[in-house]
Amino acid sequence: MPSATLLGQALISGVLAGGMYGLLALGLSLSWGLLRLVNLSHFALAFLAAYLTYELGTTYHVAPWWSAMMVVPAMFLIGVAQHWLFDRFKVNELASLLITFSFAVILEVAIQLYWTADYRRFETHYSTLSIKVGAFYIPVLELTLCLVAAVLAWGTWLWLRKTYVGKALRAAAEDADIAAAYGVNYKKLAYLLSGMGAAYAGVAGTFIALIATLAPAQIWAWLGVVFAVVIIGRLGNPLGALLAGMLIGASESIAMAIFAPAWAPVVSFSVLIAILLWDPEWL
Amino acid sequence: MNANRDLPKVIAGLAVVALALLPTAGLPAFYDSFFYLVFFWIALSTSWTLLSGFAGYFSLGHAAFFGVGLYATATLCTKFGVPFLLTVPAGAALAAALGAGIGAVVFRLRRLRGELFALLTLAVTFVIATVILNTPIDGGGGVFMSAVPLPHLMPTPTGTIYVLGFAMCVLTLGTAWWVAHSRLGMGLFAIHDDEDVAEAKGVPTFRYKLVAFALSAGIAGAVGAIHAMYVGFLTVAGTFELTVPLYVVLMSVLGGARHWFGPAIGATAITALLYAFISGGEAMMGRAIVGLILILAILWLPDGVVPAIQHWLKRRRPRPTKPHAEVVPVVPGAAPISEQVVLEVRGVTKRFGGLQALAGVDLDVREGEIFGLVGPNGSGKTTLINVISGFYPLSGGTIRVDGAEIGRDPAHEIARRGVARTYQIPRPFSNMTVLDNVALCATFGGPLRRQAEIHDEATHWIGFTGLAGKEEALPAELNLHERKFLELARALAARPKLLLLDEVLSGLNPAEVDNAIRLVRAIRAQGATIVFVEHLMRAVVELSDRVAVLNEGKLFALGTPREVMRDPRVVSIYLGKAYAA
Repeated sequence: MPSATLLGQALISGVLAGGMYGLLALGLSLSWGLLRLVNLSHFALAFLAAYLTYELGTTYHVAPWWSAMMVVPAMFLIGVAQHWLFDRFKVNELASLLITFSFAVILEVAIQLYWTADYRRFETHYSTLSIKVGAFYIPVLELTLCLVAAVLAWGTWLWLRKTYVGKALRAAAEDADIAAAYGVNYKKLAYLLSGMGAAYAGVAGTFIALIATLAPAQIWAWLGVVFAVVIIGRLGNPLGALLAGMLIGASESIAMAIFAPAWAPVVSFSVLIAILLWDPEWL
Repeated sequence: MNANRDLPKVIAGLAVVALALLPTAGLPAFYDSFFYLVFFWIALSTSWTLLSGFAGYFSLGHAAFFGVGLYATATLCTKFGVPFLLTVPAGAALAAALGAGIGAVVFRLRRLRGELFALLTLAVTFVIATVILNTPIDGGGGVFMSAVPLPHLMPTPTGTIYVLGFAMCVLTLGTAWWVAHSRLGMGLFAIHDDEDVAEAKGVPTFRYKLVAFALSAGIAGAVGAIHAMYVGFLTVAGTFELTVPLYVVLMSVLGGARHWFGPAIGATAITALLYAFISGGEAMMGRAIVGLILILAILWLPDGVVPAIQHWLKRRRPRPTKPHAEVVPVVPGAAPISEQVVLEVRGVTKRFGGLQALAGVDLDVREGEIFGLVGPNGSGKTTLINVISGFYPLSGGTIRVDGAEIGRDPAHEIARRGVARTYQIPRPFSNMTVLDNVALCATFGGPLRRQAEIHDEATHWIGFTGLAGKEEALPAELNLHERKFLELARALAARPKLLLLDEVLSGLNPAEVDNAIRLVRAIRAQGATIVFVEHLMRAVVELSDRVAVLNEGKLFALGTPREVMRDPRVVSIYLGKAYAA
């Protein structure tokens, strides 16, 4: 059994790593829960944003917060364009999964053609910065990521819960025809939501560029975990996605500390399978 | 005539023999391995379609079953010295057991939606991959198969692998053909369209899904076992990668996942395409183009290539349309109502959380009777139908049909005991023709019969309900009135002892109502006992021998239609107290 300090440190870095799962899960959860579209290309969009941030940062020396100002709106537009296709062809849930998978593959190929399959790393002077609290180290970048994810999740949650637009969206997700009969312009809202989902992928991509090592095949690395997070956090619930992300991150990290790092994937999927089999009312 | 019909079979037989002997022709090894890959993907994608295409449960976990077969062979051959050929059935059995195990757990879930099934199977893949990676089965270093002796089935090792792959491919296609043309396949297609209705019509849905899952996983396991010899060096990352489930889905969807031969077409096309790009050194571009093809195929050919071609051929060959006359059934004199009780309901209660939908209902329905069930909205009429037919489990009480307790039986067994029902809003199997819809109900609801008899019987009931000439139509091409009569034809084809009709008349115009009333009488004359829920009082009075009034989940009044309709208490629950006087 590892020491208490080690476990505490594992818990902290797990929760912080879970922030990334949560941030990636956010956009996915919105489109799946409220638009009934499973967007596998979400990960590819995040990596496209990450590569763009890397390119702007290393070639043109643009600071990541400035490049985010360009990348995130660009992603929003891609999301809107994607939704145009889904809307035009009345794509259902399963077809959306297959189509967006193909998108992801095409994007992966495009990324590999331009940036090659080599590992890329965006070095910054703050990438290793951390704050010491008691016996524990808290990396600044991951902390910022978690704060940003929390603000986005909380804001989206309030938006869906409290405003007219949010309520209309939730009503439309339950029954689009009935909502339309009550005057909800679902089409417009769906475009907005789809754009937002992709924009969140852009935000996640900015952080991926700063925190992770980039390679085209990495697009698929988080797919399983993030889907587990989306389901555990309940479809369409932004706060649930973030909390589930942190839960999974923490349990993975503790499992790594106690057993071996290689066993980590078993944790998230066992949690997922257990929850699906338990089938609680809130799922 | 006969020779003409047998010609395709002869050609197919010759093609199989020729393909099986191809390695003896002394072609370069390249051809062996290319064709092996085609067979490999055909077998894998066809096995996937057995559950996922036929029954509509999309699995993203096919790599798990394939991988289990692969590693079963690797472990048995390298660690225990088992001869390679013996490990193929072992890998198949292990994968089938895994599939059946997963199915036994997940198919019990109340709300197993399609996407959840897809992701659950994907999650299982990751768990199995991690376990294999971290245990001595692989241990992280991979497994070399080069020391394992290959049986000498063909002059060259690549030829042997080719022949094994070919045998697997033929076997899988044969299985798929057999399933598609059997009771099992019929049941799976019905599950795909509407699982609840399939169960109510007598399809043992849980068992069928389990069998299909085990079969699908088992074949994937056998394919994996053979593939272990082809790849020679196994790694966890290479075995359990996402491309396996995704290519399998892609090939099946492209070719047509609901058709037994669809995946074979998709697999051949995509394998050839990928190979062309790999040999041209443009593997990455190949992947992108396959992705693009998938997008275009799903947008423009959502049902796949094979069904699209079939549809096109059908339209080019117009069917001779039979003269279509409104068939009005002949009504023989009503059979006497016997004293024997067919349906006995005692103290039946049903709660939904805090809502008491049925609060202790007692009813006796006699053989040959037409029994009307009326009551205000929310009084529990449809709930009672749903409880008797087994769609909802009972909260309390007993239900007997012909003296046998059925209250706790699954819906398909209740259907087999001769209880048929219709739905208020028609729920036909939307991808099946009218004839197939009715034939399915005859197959699963009625006694065991030969295919030809079932066909005749289905045609008979289609004519009986006035749908003659629409046999080959899809339900979407029917109007509401015709769809309501299709509901009746489906119920009748099961030759029910007890027929539960849920508002068959609602939404029909007066002439159609008259037609339907005649039909209900004719059904009774065939010897069925009928319980019907209805709001249309004219029909209730005209048809029923006795009427029961339900109110707030309780039996409120019971008697002949005239008695009940004059009862001031009954008038008051419908119209309020002021009108009761």
